[in-house]
Amino acid sequence: MEKIKEKIIAAFLFLCAILTIAVTVGMIAVLGFESIAFFRTVSWPAFFFSQEWTPFFAERKFGILPLFSGSLLVAVLALILAIPAGFSIAVYLSEYAKPALLVRFRSLLELLSSIPTVVYGFFALFFVTPFLVKIIPGLQGMNALSPALIMGIMLIPYFTFLCEEALAEVPGSFRQASYALGCNKLETAFRIVVPAARPGLIFAILVSASRAMGETMIVAIAAGQATGIELNPLHPVETLSTYMIHISSGDLPLNSLGFKTIFAVGFMLFLFTFFLNSIAYYIKKRFTSRKTHHSFFTSV
Amino acid sequence: MNSMIKNLLFKIFAISCLGLTLLVLVILFIGTLYTAWPRLSGSFLTHVYSRNPEHAGIYASLMASFWLMGLSILMAVPIGTGAGIYMEEYLRKNRWSQILEANIINLAGIPPVIYGILGLELVTQFFHSDFTMVAGAFVLSLMVLPSIIVNTRESFRSVPPSLKAASIALGASKWQTIERVILPYAFRSLVAGVLKAIARVAGTTAPLLIMGGLAYIPFAPSHLNDPFTALPVQIFDWILKPKNEFSANAAAAILILLCITVPLNLLSLRIRKVVQGGSRSDLPLG
Repeated sequence: MEKIKEKIIAAFLFLCAILTIAVTVGMIAVLGFESIAFFRTVSWPAFFFSQEWTPFFAERKFGILPLFSGSLLVAVLALILAIPAGFSIAVYLSEYAKPALLVRFRSLLELLSSIPTVVYGFFALFFVTPFLVKIIPGLQGMNALSPALIMGIMLIPYFTFLCEEALAEVPGSFRQASYALGCNKLETAFRIVVPAARPGLIFAILVSASRAMGETMIVAIAAGQATGIELNPLHPVETLSTYMIHISSGDLPLNSLGFKTIFAVGFMLFLFTFFLNSIAYYIKKRFTSRKTHHSFFTSV
Repeated sequence: MNSMIKNLLFKIFAISCLGLTLLVLVILFIGTLYTAWPRLSGSFLTHVYSRNPEHAGIYASLMASFWLMGLSILMAVPIGTGAGIYMEEYLRKNRWSQILEANIINLAGIPPVIYGILGLELVTQFFHSDFTMVAGAFVLSLMVLPSIIVNTRESFRSVPPSLKAASIALGASKWQTIERVILPYAFRSLVAGVLKAIARVAGTTAPLLIMGGLAYIPFAPSHLNDPFTALPVQIFDWILKPKNEFSANAAAAILILLCITVPLNLLSLRIRKVVQGGSRSDLPLG
């Protein structure tokens, strides 16, 4: 009797684990099949190389580049703000601050990264955009700059948290050795600790970049819409994620070609974030699974 | 001398980055509170959708969000915990375990908006139904599944191996050990992970929007198959109203939303601190 119970429980737990595979398979199947249907009507060179995205104009053009460049523009601007700030804060907290302070700030960072993104979208549209309009002439009401700045602010706690985690993994003996040789805190931090934590820091950058590319609500609220490749942050842009929101909030029939575009766009976003996350985890796994001095000797 | 100046400059730069970030956030929250002020009253909580901003309230969407939180956790917790237990206690290290692990990592990194597309297809093509409470909760439960699995595995790993060994040595079977030794020991940090997941469900907007969650529903859901508008979706709708009159409603609803997510996260942090003496957890990627 006991044995049968054990077997049933093991089978149930196994099914739970299988379900996670089913989710991934289901997702790829849905995005893949619907994208294949889409590519029957739209040729793929037109999709990847055309520079206009006008699925609802009389002359319909389906070029993904404007959406892709929009996502990239906002993500890059946000990262330009978040990476230097987050990196310095993490180095400060990990190498300079007292341990008690570090624990407090760790909780604060985690709390801040849990704020719903729709809240940040509100900040961008109602506070940052009006402020920027006052100080930057020629700024449009919907623009890439305001959501990018707020996304940067949103990413700072998240990125700091990941960086700090990477720095904390560096063994304390490295720091002690460095101090013993007469280095001060700054030299120890940047010549010893940061290089040793490099894989974890690259991981933090890639994962944050993936999150910035996939971030939806801030841009959907404050970035507006566009049809061509727009690299001026003062103008409105459309991103991969906001396009999907705009279409599904509209009233297109579900089976129209216009609606099917969201699957092709979603598939591109899926592949891109999947690519970034995979590289990130590969680097982390490949370079941090072994102790640093071991990899030093095996690589020589 | 030069290096001491550099040291000082770095300190000043880092502290001002930290200070500025916090200052900006504080200003933004005060701004939100100020914007919300005219709407903060009891009737905002009890009224439902209305075209007049002063009469519009969040009752229906707030109730819908509570339903979503409860339903999706009911779905995600047994499955996520089960999968976590399987991976931690039953799975041998081989190719299959590597696939499972890589898969969880991948799922955790998929933007929430993509989960909405999966949900949309499930609802329209497979179940031919409308966008109902069950459908929304199901998709949100899939979204938080990876973080629950990761948290389960970490909680299990925090259990001292000697306890497990003692239980096995006394003749307990595998499941008996899990049920009577490991689960009670790991319970609090499991709860901490679940609380975080509930907060995430409450604040998620994008998948619900993709699935058609933006509808004008003037009643609170009372049934699993009722249509609904969740609180964050209601906020999104008010933010994008062409007239600025609704901004006060959006701000007030944001404060209510934060009154749900912030205490849940604080409680989660608190529990984890008690359990592990301030150890770190994994952040969800979404």
